[in-house]
Parts: sequence; structure tokens; C-alpha cells
Amino acid sequence: MPYIGSEDTVRDLRRVLSNPNVQSDQLRYRNTILKVIRAMSQGVDVSGLFSEMVKACATVDIVQKKLVYVFLCSYATLNPELSLLVINTLRKDCQDPNPMVRSLALRNMTNLRLPSLVEYVEQPLTAGLRDRAACVRRVAVLGWAKLHNLQTNSEIDAAVVNELYSLLRDPDPVVMVNCLRALEEILREEGGVAINKPITHHLLNRLKECDIWGQCEVLRILQRYRPQSEDELFNILSLLDVSLISPHPPVMAATLSLFLSLCSGLPAVGLAALERVRGPLLAACGNTSREMQFTALCHIQLLLRSLPGLMGEHYKRFFCGYAEPAYIKQRKIEVLVELVNDDNVAILLDELRGYCTDVNISTAHAAISAIGRIGRSYSDKCLEILTELLGLKQEHITSAVVQTMRDLVWVCPQCSRTVCSAVEGCEAEIQDSQGRHALLWLLGVYGEQVSSVPYTLEVFIDGVRSEASVGVKMELLTATVRLFLCRPAETQDMLGRLLHYCIEEETNMCVSDQALLYYRLLHCGIEETRKVLQCRRSDPSLGVLIGRPAEPINQWSYIFNTLEPLRPGAIETESATIGGSPEHMTFDPKPNNDLSDTLSYSFGKTVRSGESEHVQCPTIFRCSPQSLQAAMQLVNIQTLAFTPPHTLPWRVYLYTNTQNKHSADTCHGTLILGELLYTGEEIQKKSKDEENVGVEARQDKREEEREEDTAEGRSEKERVKKNTAEKGIKVTLKQQPRDEKALKGFLSVLTTVLHALSSE
Amino acid sequence: MISQVFILSSQGDHLIYKDFRGEAGSDVVNLFYEKVTALTGDQPPVVMRHKDVHFVHVRQGGLYWVATTTADTSPFTIIEFLNRLTALVKDYCGSLSERSVQMNFALIYELLDEVVDYGYIQTTSSDILKNFIQTEAVSSKPFSLFDLSNVGLFGAETQQSKVAPSSAATRPIQSSRDQGGKSEIFVDVIERMLVVIGSNGVLMKADIEGEIKVKCYMPTCSEMRIGLNEEFSIGKSQLRGYGAAVRVDECSFHQAVRLDEFDSLRILRLCPSQGEQTVMQYQLSDDLPSAPPFRLFPTIERDNGGRLLMYMKLRCDLPPKSAGINVSATIPVPKGSVSLSQELSSPDQSAELQPQSRAVVWKIPRFPGGTQLSALFKLEVPGFSSASMLEVGPVSLSFELPKITATGLQIRFLRLSPFQPGPAQRWVRFGMRTFDSDHEVGPGPSEDPVQDCFHWWIHCLLYLSQQDDVCWTESVCCLTS
Repeated sequence: MPYIGSEDTVRDLRRVLSNPNVQSDQLRYRNTILKVIRAMSQGVDVSGLFSEMVKACATVDIVQKKLVYVFLCSYATLNPELSLLVINTLRKDCQDPNPMVRSLALRNMTNLRLPSLVEYVEQPLTAGLRDRAACVRRVAVLGWAKLHNLQTNSEIDAAVVNELYSLLRDPDPVVMVNCLRALEEILREEGGVAINKPITHHLLNRLKECDIWGQCEVLRILQRYRPQSEDELFNILSLLDVSLISPHPPVMAATLSLFLSLCSGLPAVGLAALERVRGPLLAACGNTSREMQFTALCHIQLLLRSLPGLMGEHYKRFFCGYAEPAYIKQRKIEVLVELVNDDNVAILLDELRGYCTDVNISTAHAAISAIGRIGRSYSDKCLEILTELLGLKQEHITSAVVQTMRDLVWVCPQCSRTVCSAVEGCEAEIQDSQGRHALLWLLGVYGEQVSSVPYTLEVFIDGVRSEASVGVKMELLTATVRLFLCRPAETQDMLGRLLHYCIEEETNMCVSDQALLYYRLLHCGIEETRKVLQCRRSDPSLGVLIGRPAEPINQWSYIFNTLEPLRPGAIETESATIGGSPEHMTFDPKPNNDLSDTLSYSFGKTVRSGESEHVQCPTIFRCSPQSLQAAMQLVNIQTLAFTPPHTLPWRVYLYTNTQNKHSADTCHGTLILGELLYTGEEIQKKSKDEENVGVEARQDKREEEREEDTAEGRSEKERVKKNTAEKGIKVTLKQQPRDEKALKGFLSVLTTVLHALSSE
Repeated sequence: MISQVFILSSQGDHLIYKDFRGEAGSDVVNLFYEKVTALTGDQPPVVMRHKDVHFVHVRQGGLYWVATTTADTSPFTIIEFLNRLTALVKDYCGSLSERSVQMNFALIYELLDEVVDYGYIQTTSSDILKNFIQTEAVSSKPFSLFDLSNVGLFGAETQQSKVAPSSAATRPIQSSRDQGGKSEIFVDVIERMLVVIGSNGVLMKADIEGEIKVKCYMPTCSEMRIGLNEEFSIGKSQLRGYGAAVRVDECSFHQAVRLDEFDSLRILRLCPSQGEQTVMQYQLSDDLPSAPPFRLFPTIERDNGGRLLMYMKLRCDLPPKSAGINVSATIPVPKGSVSLSQELSSPDQSAELQPQSRAVVWKIPRFPGGTQLSALFKLEVPGFSSASMLEVGPVSLSFELPKITATGLQIRFLRLSPFQPGPAQRWVRFGMRTFDSDHEVGPGPSEDPVQDCFHWWIHCLLYLSQQDDVCWTESVCCLTS
């Protein structure tokens, strides 16, 4: 924030600072320095006063000293030469009888961040490590870390490291914790401070002396420790039990993290720990600080992934308060959806209905789609509420309800009758493109059930010139062609007009191409068109899927107690991805049997060395395609094509589309393609080739993304390189965009499924 | 690990900026402000990121308190730290506001310097910090005539001097050593409560969260004993036969509290450190010991002219001596409502239609117990349909009640031992606030779609005499936050 006349300010301040009368009057001197610092924190560039401030440093007044140091540390890097002058004062202060002055000097000496001063700093730091006063030792220990980071390429002084290790036994707990921190930084190349059995036990024993910050640090560093025996592990766990139910959320979270990493091999113990933190986590949800409430909520969402029943009876704790900010409300709504059961569904729906008219539009949308999600299991009640909401005749609510209904119908086709009668006549309210998109899909697919569809579509077709959204235009094309198939007499004329407009006048390539495609299809005859367009009306995988299966803890334990779960959309509800699938089917013009040909063709098109993983379950190829498909879909893996059972070589092609759980930089999901191959004999490492079909399989609505992907993504195709077993099912994976963690997660899920199937 | 800490005013002015590790430039401050002002409703504002810089922030006192850090840092730790920092600043500067932060920036730099070194939190204990902090706080409290009301005529002891003004506890902790060593201890009992009541008057949900806070202005305080009600019980099993028992579900204590006398005598022993600390927190859910203080009787209908008529009758069920203050009822109304006309039962009440929050806000500054108020609102709603009724409600009510705690928790006595030389004054500020209490009236089939919710925040102030036996005086002062 540049001040008007900031040069004048600096000139005035300089004049006052160099005035001998001011310098002799301690109070006036201090006040002038105060003015300098104030100007500095307001963003005025006062670096020109550096030499005056260096002079002001030599004083007995500690307050003034502290102020000057604030200044010097901010501007030292701009004036390395002048900073040399300060070093003398600082070194003198390090000899001061007052420990506060010593620690102050030592801290600021290391905060100057000037590599040229390192040689002057080392000696006082060494002395500081052996100082009588704990506050000096605390500063000195961290000072070594600062020094090391100033000149990272210099070699590590073994003597200092040894001294720091020995200071782990310092009587002052903060010194001990600082030693851990400093060693972590200095030894980063070697993987941080060595955590062996004696150090671990020493730290655990002294845990109680530390304050909560120290405890968190120690608990975090102990995550690297692996106990040598089960007895030792359980001793440590029982020692940590008190911290697990600590009233301080940071300690509780750090302890749970440590628990989960220690018990990664013992899932039952991990689940018991989750049960144990339920109380403290719920208490943190009622914390006076909203931010803390939010953090706790986000972590509860993580826990629910592994223990869906964890919070069942406490659902009332997640009801939204009226004055809560939207970000908390939306998380609470997400949690509430997970907690629905037969007993509370009526109360929950009642509560959620209240949120649907929230002033904040995105909260209202979240509530509406939450009702839709609950509708997958309790469709009647939810549809009743959704229909009621349509009666409000408000743009944003109607649009959200129609989208929700579309997703619901995709999952529960039995609702179609109610939905069809509900959406009739609401096209006038919907203004946004997503809502119209959803409406058109519904009208196209269920055209024969709604009598007024031709009139509705006609209105859309008449307004197609002013339509801005490409997606809506393409959906309109599909819907009209579909309607033509079931009600040709009413539709023929308008279809002709629409095709004519799209082919002749439309400038967008996607739209005119699709219109051309339909035009040619219709030339091939009605039966051909029907084969292509008469799509599935529901997602077959979801028939089996009720509720989400519990994930193993290690799927998420590595992001527990990090900033990751707090990010928007970080905790993805898996079923939500499928919710969007109607478009996928709509825009996939190839019938299924064609797809496998395309696939195998494209798999063979480009020859690249294949990286693959082997899974030991050779009996898998005997299981029926139906059970395989059902099992895969339970974990949200879609099968594209497979060879009949008992044929060799036996192959399955599959894909899954995950939202980004971990990848920080992509805002869209990642697509994984896989091939399972069983040749029935020893598998030599042979090259498997594949091509990124993802581009083709992707939904058209993500068109822009898709183009980006192809541009940037082709080069970074992802492979797994693990040639462990030589016999078994060969799994070849390809991913786009690259996301190592998602890939690992996918592999582990896939392996589990295959093992489960072959053991049947 | 914390890379930088900065404090911004709500207008984006830089108040404090401290870089601990020198890893990112100071332009992140502006970057943060751009991000925070560009936010739309559905993004959680607590954590934001820009490339490798992660911003974690809390909002307190109308200011943004921001830390930048790396992705793998514990959010619990950072948020707890920022909250603790605000508490420290409040202790040292007296209050939390843009003005107090601006006036005490040197003190805050000094605090930050001692609290965090190289991005690692060193200590936040005020006992340790008080040895290091040298700068005096500048009190931002403006001169007020009300402060003079405590001075009795010719120095006579007046009734008022037995009651501390609400601002008494908002002064910096360290100024005490110069200002005549006025050593005081304040004890706050604050309860926040959430009640949801259905349209038929049935209690649907009740949650009470309470805390006992001690704010200590004594440089050295040996030991303090706080006596709670003797019939105080924790958990459901201990419920005693008599109706007077004060019961809570869960209870947790500050780590410095010694509980050796708690089981038998319900006495908390602690050595408070300077500044504010929460000594005890407790919760009670699904069971209100007493009836909710307010009851709303709504009637909603449409008149012939298509207007929406809302007739609200609000009854205060408190004992006649007490009163609710700053009562405010928020009634959501259909979108697009225009022109409100109102008939209120007394002139000090007010009501207005707030179009951006789509609600009618009815304010009652003081509401004595045992009385009843009514209001009639007429709303012009263009395009009114029967479905618009869905948008009316739930009504929420927020208020402060002096002198009452919902659980009935009391402080029997407050003793300092051994006896302190000099006049150590002990103040017990004792009160309850409602936070989110939804009084929800479930819609009847069609005609009664109003829900009302209560938001109570009750706060009152009591005074303990300097003798050890209890002498509660009239509570006068209500704190508003």
C-alpha cells in the first residue's frame, strides 16, 4: 500500500532519528523507532533508514532493542554490508548476564538470514548450546537449523549433530522438542532424525512434560518408528491411550495419526481407535471456534469412510445452526447423508428440507442433492419433498431439483413415473444450462411417458439460435432424435428443422458434427438409429450398490491430520461420480459390442512397452462374467469387455473414473484404464501395449477438459512398474492425468476384489 | 510448521506481518486478500492455497488471522495456534479489534517473536511469556462517562461499586503492575445452548455447552478454590433422587485443575496463570432441566388481497424478576416479498424486512419475565403461491438472559488461599448465553408452516463479597459480545 508522500515520511524519520537530542532522550528515541516500525508494517519502504537503525541498536533499553531487531531482520538481506556492523553489538549481547538479552541476540543473529555472517554466528551458537538458561538453549538449538538452511550445500558438522542428539536429554522439554525439529531439518537428506528404540522410549516417557505443541511434534516424529515386537507395540499404544482422548484437538489428532501408522498391520486396533476418538471429535465439532468445528467435521468425514456407523446415533449433532457459515453447513449436510438409517430418515429429511430454501444458493443446492442421494434408498419420501420444492417456482431451486431427479432416475429407474409427472411444465423456470441439460435428458429418455414433450422441445428448438451453451444444444439434438424414435409423427417436422439448422448454420463443430452423425444414422434406417440411441436408462452397477462399502483405513490415513481433507471436494462421495453418468451414456454413440473392438484395436495401435503387475489368482478366469462385473461395480470399477470364461488367453478390460482425492493440482478427476490378462502359463515379461482410450470414453460434457488433457496429458501417460510375480493375472494400467496415489489405491482395491473372487 | 503469520483488517489493511522462515515473499498478503474477497459461498474459506503456499485463517474480532504453511501440516494445530494467538493478544491488549491491534503492534511483534521461532511454536503459556514481554499495552478504551458512575458521592460505598462494569474484564493483563496493582479475578460461567422446538411445542433437540472461564489479573496467584453446587452430577447414572440436582453429560477440565476435592465436595483447585483460561467445559444434551425461556405462538394466513399475515405471540417464561435482553426474532419470508407493514405491541420494539437475507427481523431490547408480546406483520408477496408457504420459517430467536444458567450451575464460593495480602478482588460473572437454539415449529399440513428457533446467549454478572461466605448481589451488567 504505497503511501502518498512516503519519501517525505522516511526523510522526516531520518532527521528525527539522527537528532542528538532525540537520541539522548530514551522515550522520544523509542517512540521514533516505533513510528518506523509502524510505517514498515503498513507497507512503506523504510529500508533507507537502515544505518540509523543500526546505530539505535546499541542501547540498554530492551524494548528498543527488540523493535530495532524487528526492523533489521526485515531489511538485512537488502543491506548485507551494513548488517556486518550489527554483528558486533549482537555478539556483545550474547555475553550479557541477562539470559533474556542473550537469547534475544542469539535469535536475531540467526534471523538475519545472511550467509556472509555465518562465520561470526557459529561461535556464539556453540556457546549457546551449553548456556545455563533454558531459553538460550532453545534459541541456540533452532539456530543451528537456520544456519544449516542458509548454506544447505555445506557439509553437516558431526560434532553439532552429536551435541544436538545429546541435548535430547535436556531437562527443559522445549529444548528437547527443538532438538528434534532442528535434527529433522539438518538431517533431512538422511531422512530426518534417527528414531530408534531408546529415543522412542525416552520421548514417550517425557511426553507428559511437554505442552500440547511439543506433544504434537513428538507424536508426529514418532510416526516413523516401527516397534520391534507386538508386545512393545501394545505397550506404546496403552501409553498413548490417554492422549487419544485428550481434550485438545491437536493432540488427539496427532495421536490418532500415530495410532493409525503404528497399527497399519492391525486393522481391528485401528478401528477401535476410531471408536475411541469419537467423543473428542464430537466435542471438537462443538468447539467455540468455527474453524475448529470445520476441521473436525472434515476429519469425521474421513473416519466415516471406514466406519460408516461411527456417528449414527449422534446425527443430531450435525444439524445446522441457523447462523452457521455456508462452508460448515455444506459439510454437515454431507455428513448427514452418510448417517441416514431406517430410524432417523424421517427426521433427517425434515431437517434437510428446511435447508433447501437457505438464503445461500449453494447451501440450498447441497441440501437438494443430499435429498436426492438419500432418495436412492428411500425414494418415495424424497420424491415427495423434491416435487414439493418444484412448487416453489424459483429458478435455482427448480434447476437443482431437476438435476437431482435426473441423477436419481439414473440410479432408481422405478422413480421415472413420478419424476416425469413432476418435471412436466417446469421448463419455464429453468434458466441455467445445467438445469436445462438435465431436463432435456429426462425428456429425451422418458419421452413416451410425458404427453407434452413435443411441445416443450418445440419451444427449445425455436429458441436454439439464441442458445449459448453447446452442451444444451447437443443434448437437445439427442433428445429430439430419441423422441422421434418413439413418437415419429409429432416430432418429424421439428427434427428436420433442428437438423437443418445445426448442419447448415451452427458454427460450433461439435454440434454440427453430431447433427451430421444423426442425419447419417437416420439414413441407415430406424433400426440402426434405435440400436445406437436407445441407451440404457439406468446404471446397472447401482442396482447392487446400496450404501458405500467400508474402505480400509490406510486408504485415507496418510491424509489424516493434514490440510488435505479441508479442501473443497476433498472427501469425495464415490457414488456422486456415478450420479453424473447419464450424460456419459447419452453421448456414447457406440453400442457396447463395438466398444470392445475399438478398444482392442486401439490397445494394439501404438506399441509401447507395457508395465504391469501380477496378481496371484489364476482361478479367476473361471468365474462368470456376471459375478465379475457385479463385484467390480461394487468398488466402482466398470468393465468394458471381457472374454467368455474358460477361454485362454482370458482378458478383461476395465476402467474407473475417480475424482481427485489427493492430486493437488488437477481440479478434475483421473481416469484409469486397465487390462487383466491371463494366459494360463508362465508369463514372460512381454510388452503390452495400450492406447489411451480414455479420451474416447470421456464424457462430452467435459469437452474442454478433454482437449486440455490430450494436449498436455499424452506425454505423461502413467504406468505402474512392478514386476513382482511371474505367474498369475497380469494387470496393465494406464492413467490420465497422472496421479500416483490414486493409482496405488486402485491397484490395491483391484487386487482385493480379484482375491475375493478367486477364493469363492 | 508456520512460514508466515499476518493479521489483516477486514478492509485488507496490513496490520501485522511476520515472516519466520523467509521462504515466501510478502506479496502473499495481498494474494490472500484477493483470494478471500473473491470467494463465493461454496468454497470453504478456512484453507486456501496458491501454488505451494497454504493459507489457514481464522476470523476473530473482525480481523483475519492468517498463517501460511505447507500441505502436510496439522490443521488442528494451526487453527488451535491461531485461536491461542488471538486469546493472547486479547489478554495483552485488553480487547480484540482493529484499533487495539494497531495501537499495540509493537507488543504483538514481541509476542510473536517469543511464541514462534523459525516457524515452530515454542510456548503459548502466559506464565512463561510474562517474563519476556516488556512492552506495555496501550489501552484503546475510550473515555466514558459510564465509568464514573461507579464513583460514589464523596467516596461513599455505593451499590454500584459492588458491581463491576462489563468493560472491567477487557483491560490488558499487564497494565495491572503500574495501575496501582488492582488485582482482580473474574470468573465467567457461560452457557450456550441450542434448542429446537416443534410447532406443537415439543422439545425436539436440546444441547447445552457451558464453560467456566477464569481471567486473572494477579501477577502471582497461589491457589484458588472454586466451589460448585454440591448436588452437581456428571453422567446419567449419578442422577440423584431429588429434583434440584444439577446434571451434565460430560465434563472436562483444564490440565492445571486439581480434582482431589471434586468428587466429595465439588471443589476445583487451581493456580490460575495470568490471562484468560477455560477451567471447565461441560455439555448436556437432549434434556433441558427447565422449560425453554421463550415460547412462540405463530399464526400465518393469507388475506383476501393476497397479502401474507403473520401474527406472532411471544411469551417469556422466565421468573418475573429476570428479563431477556437484546431479543431478536428472525422470520424467513418468501422470496420477493416487498413492503412490510407492522403492528408492534410497544414502541421500543422494531422490525424490518431485510431483502438480502430474505427475512423479517423483529427486535425487542428488553423483555421482562412473565410477560407476553405480540406483533402483526403484513407482507406484500407478488406471485404468492401455496408453495411459498414452505419458505416461511423456521423462526429463530436469539437473546441474552442475565442471571440464569440453563443447567442451574452455580458458584458457591471462590477462595484464594493462602490469604492474599492486599485487596484482591474476586468477581464472578455468571451467565448463560444461547447460541443456536432452533425453536422449530414443524409445519402443520398446510396452514401453519412456521418454525421458530431460539438463539439464546445469556450473560449475567454476580459479585462475591470479600468475605469468604457468599453474598450475591443484584446482577446489573450484561456483556454483549
